[in-house]
Parts: sequence; structure tokens; C-alpha cells
Amino acid sequence: MRYITPLKTAEGLGSAHTGTFQHWALTVSACALVLLTPAFLLVVGSAIGLPQEGVIAYFGRPYPALVTALFIIVGMIHFMKGTRVMIDDYFQHTARKVAIIFSVIFGWAVIATAVYALVKMAFVTLVI
Amino acid sequence: MADVNRGNRPLSPHIQVYRMPIAAITSILTRITGHALVAGILLLVWWLVAAVSSPGAFAVADWVVRSWIGFIVLTGSAWALWYHTLAGIRHLFYDAGIGLEIDQAIKSSWALIIGSVVLTLLTLIIFFVA
Repeated sequence: MRYITPLKTAEGLGSAHTGTFQHWALTVSACALVLLTPAFLLVVGSAIGLPQEGVIAYFGRPYPALVTALFIIVGMIHFMKGTRVMIDDYFQHTARKVAIIFSVIFGWAVIATAVYALVKMAFVTLVI
Repeated sequence: MADVNRGNRPLSPHIQVYRMPIAAITSILTRITGHALVAGILLLVWWLVAAVSSPGAFAVADWVVRSWIGFIVLTGSAWALWYHTLAGIRHLFYDAGIGLEIDQAIKSSWALIIGSVVLTLLTLIIFFVA
């Protein structure tokens, strides 16, 4: 006879030691992206087709810069959490570790590149 | 007792001949669109960083963005983004325990397919007209 109650399996954070954090982080970023997606599409749609100075001046303004920065930062964090779920499903052992490392490096590289471009546009616009 | 009713048991689906239910197709498409969006975001980030690099770099990136390749990648990305957004909203409802019955999942699957196409067409109309 087992003396362990069902409570035992529901308590604590499980073998990953982070509980449902991964899922919760995906949920929170998903909610943010529901709001950011239409705003981002409108912002980028207005920018495509502008000449180079026009693009710099456009993203030098606060609203397009903030929407684009937030969409890419939150989007790539959501991407890193999402690829992690996919990697955990399809990869094992060393391949899993390599894939997770590659995904996280790639995600932050995209964020850094986009933020660099937007910050530089803000400063260039400030100088002009 | 070992071979009772051997010919009448349900078989697990043979994946090469199994016609996937619409709810299964729309579910796997969520993951596929999410990962495929890398192409669109890379193209846009390259275009952004080219704009602050040099006129030559921007000319190349801008040519790609406005070429037929750019049109296919960005239109595909707009559809993938709308599809993934709608499918993500459905997932939030699934997490809350809403819409999990089979007939509801079939209905929401068609809503995802039709809704994502309509929103993509609307995006293209706003882009080219407005």
C-alpha cells in the first residue's frame, strides 16, 4: 500500500527545478506580442519604400522606434523560449545542448543588432 | 487470451497514408510558422542595420526588400505572423480549458486558416493603397 498522496506529484518544481516557468514566460510574451504585432506591421509597412534618410528619420521618432524595439526584443525572447520547446521535443543529449546554445546566441545577436541600428538612428536624427 | 479480437482493434495511424485531421494540421502549422518567421525578421533587421551602415549597404538590402524575393518573404512572413498570432490566441484559450472539444477545435482551425488569409490580404491592401 502506498502512503503517498496525489499531492506529492503536484508539489514542488519538478525535475527541471524551474516548474512551469518556461510555459509562463511564453504565455506572458505571447500576450505582449498580440498587442505589438498589429502595431509593428503598420510601422514597418509605412517604412518600406522610403529612401535611406527617410528610413533613418522615421525610426528616429519615438513611436516607430519603441514599437520596433519592443517587437524584436519580446519577439526574439518568445522565439528563444519557443525553439527551446521544439528542441526539447526533437533533440537529445549533445545535439540538444548545441541547439539550445545556438538558439540563445542567435536570439540575442538579432536583438543586439536591431537595438544598435535603432539607437544609431535615434542619435543620427538628434544630430540632424 | 493473447490473440482475442486481433482483427478488430484500432490501429495506430500509419503516418505515410494517414490523413491528418484539420486540427492536427493547424496545430503543427503553429510551430512551423513560428520558426519560419526567422526569415522575415532577419531580412528586416539586415535592412535596418544596412540603413545605418552605408549608402551602398542600404542600396543592396533595400533592393532585396523591394524585389520579388523580398515580396515573397515579407508577404509569407505577414501570413505566418498573422497565423501564429491567431493560433497563439487559440492556445491561450486552450490553456484556460476553452475550445478543447473536437467540433470546437475543427471550427477554430478553419477560423485560423480563413482569418490569417483575410488579415494578410488586408495587410497587403493597407500597404499598397494607404
